[in-house]
Amino acid sequence: MSPSSPSLAPRPGPDLKAVGLVSLAAGIDTILSVKAAELSLKLLPPQASTAAPYVDGVFALEVGIGCFIFLGCCTAMAWSLLFHRADKYDMDDGAPIEGNLRLEIIWTVIPLVIVMAIATYSFRVNDILATLGPKVKLMPGEAPQLLTAEGEYGPVDVIARQWSWEFIYPNGVRSSELHLPLDERTHFRLQSEDVIHGFFIPAFRLKQDLVPGSVISYSLTPTIEGVYRLRDSQFSGGYFAANQTDVVVESREAFDGWLADSARQPLRPSYNPADELHQLRLRKGDRGWATVPPAPPPLVNASQDPSRPHDA
Amino acid sequence: MTSSTASFDPRVLKAPHPVPGAPDNWKRFFSFNTDAKVIGIQYIATSLFFLLVGGVLAMIMRGELITPPSDLVDPTVYNGLYTMHGTVMLFLFLFPILNGFNNLLIPPMIGAPDMAFPRLNAAAFWLVPLFGVILMASFFVPGGPASTGWWSYPPASLQNPVGHLINGESLWILAVALSGISSIMGAVNFTTTILRMRAPGMGFFRMPIFCWTAAAAQTIQLVGLPALTGGAIMLLFDLCLGTTFFRPEGGGDPVLYQHFFWFYSHPAVYVMVLPVFGIFSEIFPVYARKPLFGYPVVAIASFAITGLSLIVWVHHMFYSGTPMWMRNLFMYTTMLIAVPTGIKVFAWLGTLWRGRLRLTTPMLFCLGGVFNFIFAGITGIMLATVPVDIHVGNTYFVVGHFHYVIFSTITFGVFAGIYHWFPKFTGRMPYEGLGLLHFWLTFIGSTLNFLPMHWAGLMGMPRRVASYDPEFAFANVLASLGAFLLGVATIPFLLNMVSSWSRGRRAPANPWQAIGLEWLLPSPPPAENFEENVPTVISGPYGYGLGRPLVEHEESFIARAAQPAASPTSDPA
Repeated sequence: MSPSSPSLAPRPGPDLKAVGLVSLAAGIDTILSVKAAELSLKLLPPQASTAAPYVDGVFALEVGIGCFIFLGCCTAMAWSLLFHRADKYDMDDGAPIEGNLRLEIIWTVIPLVIVMAIATYSFRVNDILATLGPKVKLMPGEAPQLLTAEGEYGPVDVIARQWSWEFIYPNGVRSSELHLPLDERTHFRLQSEDVIHGFFIPAFRLKQDLVPGSVISYSLTPTIEGVYRLRDSQFSGGYFAANQTDVVVESREAFDGWLADSARQPLRPSYNPADELHQLRLRKGDRGWATVPPAPPPLVNASQDPSRPHDA
Repeated sequence: MTSSTASFDPRVLKAPHPVPGAPDNWKRFFSFNTDAKVIGIQYIATSLFFLLVGGVLAMIMRGELITPPSDLVDPTVYNGLYTMHGTVMLFLFLFPILNGFNNLLIPPMIGAPDMAFPRLNAAAFWLVPLFGVILMASFFVPGGPASTGWWSYPPASLQNPVGHLINGESLWILAVALSGISSIMGAVNFTTTILRMRAPGMGFFRMPIFCWTAAAAQTIQLVGLPALTGGAIMLLFDLCLGTTFFRPEGGGDPVLYQHFFWFYSHPAVYVMVLPVFGIFSEIFPVYARKPLFGYPVVAIASFAITGLSLIVWVHHMFYSGTPMWMRNLFMYTTMLIAVPTGIKVFAWLGTLWRGRLRLTTPMLFCLGGVFNFIFAGITGIMLATVPVDIHVGNTYFVVGHFHYVIFSTITFGVFAGIYHWFPKFTGRMPYEGLGLLHFWLTFIGSTLNFLPMHWAGLMGMPRRVASYDPEFAFANVLASLGAFLLGVATIPFLLNMVSSWSRGRRAPANPWQAIGLEWLLPSPPPAENFEENVPTVISGPYGYGLGRPLVEHEESFIARAAQPAASPTSDPA
């Protein structure tokens, strides 16, 4: 490719100093990348579901490999910046290297192997998680059908509206915060009554859209007791940001007790921050741009408690 | 046409005037002018205006997000602001400004006098201010502008709380459809020009990488845009005429829209980033004084990106009820994109290696852009893998990643290109000191703005929220400060552009000692570029240090470029 000239002739034998320097840099890069992969787990919320360790594993692997590549590329750039700078007014040319076929093949094959390996690993993790069941489309006006429950508990109906969450348990209890038994796989039927919403619990590392016109089967297993945030992750209009609630993970006994207690409570409108914001706006004279009025707060046996702190 | 360099005045760009009566002073920039150089500057000036508009919207949003509760603006106003910010930045800043570069650079780089279809070119440009006005008008219609994000998913985007036929959403759809039409007109023009109007001797593998990447990007426009435009028109029918393509209550499927939308809108990122890869590939050799490493492979990689970009769209829909087989398939195809983009990054590093680097403003913007792009590529790999994407998708992690691509890579490349080619097309040198100040403020501001977003996203902060839980406050304060710093960074830039153009030092023909056909022209280039004396290309681009001429009788072109008015009739051949 490049014209032969004496300055381009290959040097006889390997340059031991260069090999040593590259090996040292690669060694430091490896150590830093492993450290970065370990530290990356600290950036994430607690691992509160069976899915979380697998997802975090893929993430940490990618942080490690990514950090190695990033540091490697930046070291090469920094080396050039430090040692290959031209002096002021120096307009000479650099080494006229136009290409190197072997090098170009190597840096095509290496990324190919890396990304295919990561994809194959993720493929296997997807199989293990197996959170998403079938999606059943409804004809207009059709009532939601029963999907086969794969979980040991459920199905819990999750109904999203603008802007509230409603959960209906198999014994008929309704709540606006989600209670789940610890270490049991719970099966959900996700439905939306208006627009697309997102069922997102960061501590569980899980997310699934609720698509109007479909019932989507979903399942997960919480592994640590606590109170976690469930956030609407798919933009749903005016008071999207307020469409959050809590997920309470508790022991089977506590869960059964809560279900029995709730069953004795009468249905009443749940606490609804979107409705409060809308009422505030109306009191102020409605000077914002147009918005869809919030759906009436769902009638529930157990309402969410805004004063309770959440763990993640 | 006979040579008209005798009357050439270096203070103004003299354009050919196929449209009778078109002015030849500053007013030409406000006319239906068919000169690609005028159109290029029209595109760039218009886009920079909209960069400021989009930037002001962004700063209001970051002002809202500096504290957890929704206290600066009403949540519905916030939704309108972020929707318009995204739309303005993509459709009124990035696409037009890159079309501006195409107009300025493609004809001189390939030795063509103008675009293949000059009137189509002008018509494509004038659609931009037209739909810009339509989009801006939506701030004043009842109910305010569109407020469901730049992807405008139904059924949320079909909810029309004002009940009027003319509402923010319908104007938004109209503007996007017109933008698509304008871009298709441009794409036809750019690809035809590159395919048909190259100088003698300029085979495909003697073409500058910028032209390769422009052709690759415009091919995506030709394939993808009809899908977006079709989807937008169906959305308009649903919104205004009561059809139910996407309305579930009539049997429609909202997810169908997502397929239409992302079939174009993911490749659209490559439409924007490919020309910037071209700019990097043009600028690194100049300021490293070295040939572009692996030029043929870099060229082919551009079209590999085009091909792969058309089969990745479902990675935006991993949690839309997409079955597992489809998630896995699109995970593999998305991951493959890392290979051709990696080839480019490694080729740039190879170009820098053992170079003689000059850290001018354009070089710094390129180095910063590549640095940020490596980071963005790695977070992109994370988003391509299904398990990680399910956690971080639709969170601020994506916002951070996206802005690392769109701002910290693409806009950096745009700034690099502006500083690098400024002397060629204005005939004036930009002020280096202001340029360096602009770079450092932009680099620090963008890092402060977009890096903490990744952290907020990993913690679980959803995107598009007007308020958030207090645990995300720290990352958001940093991001807001970074956004305000970016606002400050535009001051030296605008100052530089205005003052350099009006009173900067006069530029020589080739101030950076660059190799390329455009640098064999006077600064600014005459009408029709080389006119009838089109050079015959005899070698590939980027011959730094190789001592080989680019064209036959190169000295005569250099001499003529240095003294544009001296020898009007000299024929180099």
